[in-house]
Amino acid sequence: MSLGLIVDHDGPFVVLAVTGDLEMSSTPAFRQAVIEALADGDRHIIIDFGGTDFIDSTGLGALIGALKRVRTLEGSLQIVCPQIRLQELFKLTDLHKVFTLHETVDEVVNAGVPTEVVS
Amino acid sequence: MSTPEETPVRPATETVRLEIPARPEFLGLVRTVVAAAANIEADFRDDRVEDLRLAVSEATTNAIEAHQLIGLDNRISVRAIVSDDRIEVVVKDKGKGFDPEKLDIMPDPEDPQRLFFENGLGIPLMRQLADESDISTGDDGTTVRLVIYTRSYL
Repeated sequence: MSLGLIVDHDGPFVVLAVTGDLEMSSTPAFRQAVIEALADGDRHIIIDFGGTDFIDSTGLGALIGALKRVRTLEGSLQIVCPQIRLQELFKLTDLHKVFTLHETVDEVVNAGVPTEVVS
Repeated sequence: MSTPEETPVRPATETVRLEIPARPEFLGLVRTVVAAAANIEADFRDDRVEDLRLAVSEATTNAIEAHQLIGLDNRISVRAIVSDDRIEVVVKDKGKGFDPEKLDIMPDPEDPQRLFFENGLGIPLMRQLADESDISTGDDGTTVRLVIYTRSYL
């Protein structure tokens, strides 16, 4: 299944809504979307996996790369991941300690830009 | 020819073979076929089929990368052997292999250095997801064998 990416703005946040499978064939497009958002001046990224059923290690690697870029620019990257199956994948790889996972985009937007951004 | 009194004997195992070009566009097909093969036996729990789907996808990703690394045109072979109590999937490539001893050791998740490692999650993940996993690798290719059992975690 090919990757779908919808870019939207909500207050200080840019929301990248991902649909389809995030794996080896689709990570280049995902990586590019993050790079473009940062090049456009966006600093606070929300990645919405609400429409994604499958992420593999390549996709997780791209998320790590995205977080690294965001931190270099003193921005933030937060992940919306309501599916238990995908939450388990983050736990299995210990990446739940690296990323903040949320249930909904609204939850992140309502909380505002994180005050403590690790650089 | 069988007579009406005889019950047809179902084979103990069924094998499904798939050969794909070494291109990531074919990963979705491998996942679909493996999940469909596992679903032939109703006893596999959905979450276990998902575990297998991801583990096989990881093995196939590595196989594709191994061929791409040396510009090899050969196909990747994926074989699923389904029995009542288990499904075994064997992914085979003709790449140059790798040294399992030299896999990256990840820094702790809290360590800022963790962000410098984007690769290397696939093999540990495969090992965690499958009930059994074997990797044999050498100069003439890598074979990964992954097994899940129907009754594990019940």
